[in-house]
Amino acid sequence: MQKKVGTAEKNSFLSAIIRKQIFIPIAALIILAIFNFIVDPSFFKITLGHNSEGDPVLSGNLISIIDYGSELAILAIGMTLVTAASRGQDISVGAAIAISGSVVLRVLCGTNSHPETLQAPIIAAFLVSCLVAMAFGAFNGALVSVFKIQPMVATLILFTAGRSIAAWINNNELPVVSDRTFTYFGGYIPGIPIPTPFFIAILCFILTWLALKFTNLGLYVQSVGINEKTSRLNGLNPALIKFVTYVILGLCVAVAGFIKVSRLSTINYSVVAKDIEMDAILAVALGGNSLSGGKFNIYASILGAYVIQFLTTTLYKFQVQADALPAYKAVVVIALVILSAPIVREKLAAFFKKLRSPEKAESKA
Amino acid sequence: MKMKKILAMAASTILCGAMFAGCGETSSSSNKTDTTTAPKATDADTPKSDDNKSGSLIKVGIINNDPNESGYRTANVNDLKATFTKENGFDASFAYSLKNEEQINAAQKFIQDEVDYLLLSAADTAGWDSVLKDAKDAGVRVILFDRTIDADESLYDASIVSDMDKEGEQAVDWLKSQDLKAYDIIHLQGVMGSAAQKGRSKALDDTAKELGWNIVTQQTAEWNAEKAQQIVQAAIDANKEFNVIYAENDDMAKGAVAALDRANISHGVDKDVVVIGFDCNKWALKELKAGNWNYDGQCNPFQSSYILDIIDKLEKGETLSDKKIVMDEKGFDAKTITDADVEQYGI
Repeated sequence: MQKKVGTAEKNSFLSAIIRKQIFIPIAALIILAIFNFIVDPSFFKITLGHNSEGDPVLSGNLISIIDYGSELAILAIGMTLVTAASRGQDISVGAAIAISGSVVLRVLCGTNSHPETLQAPIIAAFLVSCLVAMAFGAFNGALVSVFKIQPMVATLILFTAGRSIAAWINNNELPVVSDRTFTYFGGYIPGIPIPTPFFIAILCFILTWLALKFTNLGLYVQSVGINEKTSRLNGLNPALIKFVTYVILGLCVAVAGFIKVSRLSTINYSVVAKDIEMDAILAVALGGNSLSGGKFNIYASILGAYVIQFLTTTLYKFQVQADALPAYKAVVVIALVILSAPIVREKLAAFFKKLRSPEKAESKA
Repeated sequence: MKMKKILAMAASTILCGAMFAGCGETSSSSNKTDTTTAPKATDADTPKSDDNKSGSLIKVGIINNDPNESGYRTANVNDLKATFTKENGFDASFAYSLKNEEQINAAQKFIQDEVDYLLLSAADTAGWDSVLKDAKDAGVRVILFDRTIDADESLYDASIVSDMDKEGEQAVDWLKSQDLKAYDIIHLQGVMGSAAQKGRSKALDDTAKELGWNIVTQQTAEWNAEKAQQIVQAAIDANKEFNVIYAENDDMAKGAVAALDRANISHGVDKDVVVIGFDCNKWALKELKAGNWNYDGQCNPFQSSYILDIIDKLEKGETLSDKKIVMDEKGFDAKTITDADVEQYGI
């Protein structure tokens, strides 16, 4: 008798969990992890080695995931806010990364595209790129909030023009930075075996958490996304809040772009961060956030970003044939997106309820 | 409240203004270097009517793809510009576009301006018949370079083509000549289906099958350095043994090398892993010169010498033995490359 009550409680607990938004990316991560564990447990092996400079580095698939997933996770923060407030997505982030990355290199290299020494301190280059990326974010934000253009159409402008602007910033050259300290941000700081992008990402998460905890940003964004009119009647300025989310996304773009150029100390503006906007939107969707705005959960989006990287690394690890790679990815994504659809989750929750109710009836009898 | 609104409006106007100013500068700066796409096509014909009266200059109209498309195209455009100068006896006009219709429009303008030669790198293979017929009727000689078109051979005088297969074959032949004890290859492909990918992959696939080379990993990194890095990282993490990296462009080779460095695997001349790249970017040739890479192949962007040769012959009234001219493709070995090569052939 008691035991049965226990299972009933467990079931209600289960259905409660399923209703939780963050359940989807966590479940996806667990499924991917279990799949990898069954097929090849060595997937999770992490080894401590040395790089060619003699510094200790950890390597392994898990390290690759937290390393290469960082940029996407950082972008997911901004993309979630933009999605929630403006009920649309910014599709120009890839192009904006090309721009902000080019700015970093432009400041570091000056007019010579292959300088022996840095022409400016790295922090200055980073700050300038932040300003530029935020200005472009503000441009998008102004189009969306003031001129009320649909986000996807508004950001289409930068999506189309961005990479050409990036080419222009460096006079169509591909600058290379030879200074070693610049590689620390996309690689390893000597003596620390964990990739730096992960630390940068963690720092961004903490800042986001603080911002959501100690300001009303989250609440305002959410209310503007749910109903613009009522939030205006309640004294909010929807245009300003939308505008701010785009500027925040611009900041995320600058950080992601900085990591990207630091990884290889150069930039190829035509392919850098190609299609990353789609991955960022996907991360938001995998996080169970509605793409038509309103309530959101940033941490779920961040996990969603790591799910995407987990999937990519898994596919590389299993050497899926090159021409079939997008198809495999699509299958997994379809499955995850359907799983995260509210209707399916309702059904699932109802299913668990059903499982519980006959037991209840039984226990009564 | 009103003040705020006005301020917001002003701020956004300034931003938009800055944006457009930015764009404006792009086109003006590129005008200086002749790199605009569509508008250039329309004003390309204006400057040359006055030069034509001087008579002795050979008038050429050059239609090319957008120089910003790739490093290859930039090198190609610069090469043409350096060759067809007044000093060399040419009066050249340029038109750039990635769109076929715009290119055809430009071609029609050139024909109306009575150029002697029309040099064409077509964006698309189809749709050129009628305009080339017009050219023929007007007595304009047509020379295709870099890309071929689907049109009757009688409609053009010569076609200079890159041989993507040959490029790959040269690299693979070089690899064969290295006589490695074993061939365990990581093959990083470009965007699947592109001409360069097909040619470069085919050579390796065929030879690997024939000689029993072991392809450890074959994956597309879509010309992207970072993806290449991840793929090689995954191979290293899976403890795969390999001693050759065959990357279909320089960027991907760079990404692969970054992964090798991270895992402390030596690469380059007489090291553990042989690195092969393509495109011969200047920075890549420098890596080659430093012995960090082993081989770099190139799709030859320097076509102007071939074109000059043809124009010379046609001017002298000679006939060409074959309309289709296949260019030599270059390839550099780290052991034999010189600083002069880096300067001359690096793009």
